[in-house]
Amino acid sequence: MIAFIIKEFRHLLRDPRSLLILIGMPLAQILIFGYAIKTDLNESDIAIVRMNNDKLSDLAIQHLDASKGFHVKYIWDHPSQIAEAFRKGEIRLAVVLDNNLESKILQGYPADIQVIGDASDPNTANLLVQHTQGTLRNVYREYLQKNASTPVVQVSARMLFNEENRSVFMFIPGTIVIILMLLSAMMTSISLAREKETGTLELLLVSPLRPHQIILGKVVPYMGLSLINACTILLLSKFLFEMPFRGSLPLLMSETLLFIILALCIGLYISTIARTQQVAMLLSMFALMLPTILLSGFIFPIENMPLGLQYLSALIPARWFVEIIRGIMIRGVGIEILWKETLILAGMVCIFMLLCVKNFKIRLE
Amino acid sequence: MISLQGISKIFGAITALDNISFEINKGEIFGLIGPDGSGKSTLLRILATLLRPSAGHAKIGKYDVEVDYKAIRKIIGYMPGQFSLYPDLSVEENLNFFAHIFGTRLEENYFLLRDIFTYLEPFRKRRASHLSGGMKQKLALSCALIHRPTILLLDEPTTGIDPVSRAEFLMLLKNLKKHEITILISTPYMDEASACDRIALFKNGKLLGVDTPGGFREAYKRTLYSIRGIRPARLLPELRTLPSHCWVYASGNEVKVSTPNPNEIYILREMLDRSTIKQNYQIHVIEPDIEDCFIARMKDTYGE
Repeated sequence: MIAFIIKEFRHLLRDPRSLLILIGMPLAQILIFGYAIKTDLNESDIAIVRMNNDKLSDLAIQHLDASKGFHVKYIWDHPSQIAEAFRKGEIRLAVVLDNNLESKILQGYPADIQVIGDASDPNTANLLVQHTQGTLRNVYREYLQKNASTPVVQVSARMLFNEENRSVFMFIPGTIVIILMLLSAMMTSISLAREKETGTLELLLVSPLRPHQIILGKVVPYMGLSLINACTILLLSKFLFEMPFRGSLPLLMSETLLFIILALCIGLYISTIARTQQVAMLLSMFALMLPTILLSGFIFPIENMPLGLQYLSALIPARWFVEIIRGIMIRGVGIEILWKETLILAGMVCIFMLLCVKNFKIRLE
Repeated sequence: MISLQGISKIFGAITALDNISFEINKGEIFGLIGPDGSGKSTLLRILATLLRPSAGHAKIGKYDVEVDYKAIRKIIGYMPGQFSLYPDLSVEENLNFFAHIFGTRLEENYFLLRDIFTYLEPFRKRRASHLSGGMKQKLALSCALIHRPTILLLDEPTTGIDPVSRAEFLMLLKNLKKHEITILISTPYMDEASACDRIALFKNGKLLGVDTPGGFREAYKRTLYSIRGIRPARLLPELRTLPSHCWVYASGNEVKVSTPNPNEIYILREMLDRSTIKQNYQIHVIEPDIEDCFIARMKDTYGE
C-alpha cells in the first residue's frame, strides 16, 4: 500500500501543470474573492439627500466624500430621485439626512439618518451601509466630543431589492468548502476513473491488492494535498483579510480533516459509478459543486429558502461544515455547541464509506 | 491445468461466448485465434477472474474462477489488450510498483525477466508513454511476469506492433516455456499459430475447434488451389460462378479456390482460359495454412 501511495504522489508530481492548478487555484480563488469584495468599496458613487442647509449636514457630506470608500455624486434636496438612480445603476448607496439634523443633535436627541443600499449585490451593499453607519457616528461623536456610549445619530439601514442582511465573512468558509469539495471529490473521482479508462484498474483488480488498499492508496495523497490547501486558505484569510479567529485551531483542523475525508468518500463513490474521466468530472461538477455552492448557505441564506429546499440543504455536507467554520472562527464556540454538525458529518462519512466498499467491484462488471 | 466446461457469456442481447469447453495443458503455449469480436478477450477476462461466466465452469488448477478468485489472482499474470501501464511513470517505476503490489521485488524473479530486460535496459528511466509499441508490450509482459506467475494470460499482445517486434515478442514467450509457465495468448493474426503448441479457433463466440497447428492442417480434407499473377482479385467475380461447394476467396496477393473434388482443377483451368482477362495466371496446388483451416471450419459451422 505504501508503494501505491508513492505511485499516486508520483502521478501528482509528474504533471506539474495540474499540480500548479491544484495548489494555485485555492490561492487565486481566495485572492479573487477577497479583493473583489475589498476593491468594490473604492470610491463608490453615492447620493445624499439633505433637506436642510445646516452646518452639520455639510459636515456629514464632507466626511463621506473624504472617505476612501465613497464619492458623492449627487446632492439632492428631495428623496424622489433615489429610486430612479438606483434603477439606472448610477449610485450604489443613498443617504437621507434628517431634516432637523442640526437642531436634534445640538439638543441631544438622536438624529435620524436613513441609509439605502442596492442589495441586488448584497455583499457590497452590506459593506457600504456598515461603512456609512460607522463614518456618520464618528463624525458627530467627534464634533460633540462625547463618549462612545451616547447615541448621537440613529442610523436606520434599508436594503433595496433584498431586505436581508448577511455577514461578509461568509465568503471565507464558503471558499474553503468549495475548494475542499472540488479538490478532494473531483480529483479522487477523476483519478480512479482514469485508472478505469487506461485499463490499469484491470491490473490492480487482478493483483492481490484488497479493495480497501486500493481505496486508501487513492485517498491518502489527495488528503495530504487538501490539508495543505486548507491551511493556505486559513492563513491567507487570517493574515491577508483579517478574518477573526476566535475558536480553537486543533478543533478547526480536525473538523476540516473530517470534511476532507467526507469529500474524498463522495469522490470515490462517484468514481464507482462513473466509467470515464469526463463522466466523473461532470458528476462532480453538477452533483456536487452546484448544490454545494447554491444550497450550503454560502451565497443564498438557508433561512430564506423555500421549505423544500431547506430540507434538501440538510443533505448537503457543505452546509454543516460552513456552520462549523463560522462557529469556530467567528463565534469562537467549541465542540459543545457544534457536536450536532460534527455528528452529522461523521454519519455521512460512515454512509459513504459503506457505499464505496459495497460498490467497489472486485470484477469488471 | 486449465479446464473450461460449457462456458457462456451473455452481454445483454449479445452472446460473447457460446458453450465453450476445452482443456489447456501445463506448460504449453496455447493460442486463442479469431477475428475481432470473436470472444477471445472475454474468455481471457473470465479466466483472469475479471468477469463471471453466465453459464458453465472454469478451473485453473484446482481453483474455480468464480469461487477462488483470490487464490487465482496470486498465480496468474494478466496482460490486458489495451496498453495498461501508467504512462507517466518510468519503466523502472512501473516495474517496481507492480512488484510491490504483488508483494515481491524486481530482483527476486529477475531470472524470468532477464531476456526481456536486455531490450528494456536502455530505457530504464524513460516514461512508459515515450516507449515504442513493441517496447511497451515488452514492459507490459515484464509487469505481468514480475511475481512469477504459473499462468500467463496475454490478450492480443502483438496487435498493432511492427513485424520485427512481433517476432521478438513471440521468441520471448518461447523462452519462457523452460520456466514451466503455461501461456495463453489471444491474437487475430492466423500466422502466429505457428508459435503456439495448440490453438483454439474462435468465431462469433463459437469454438471452431482445438488442435495443434499441424493437426488442423492434417484435418483439412479438401484440395486447395492458389492462383497467382497480376492482380488476381480481378478474377473473383468470374470464379464466384463456380459450383457452390467450391470456396473462392482472396488471401494476400493470391486467390484461393478450395474444392472437395480434386478433378475440378480442369473446370478451373478452362474457366481461366475462357476469361476475358487475358493474363498469364499460375495455378498451384498448395498446403492449407491456419487461415484456410479457419475458413473451412467456419463454413462447416455456419454453412455458407
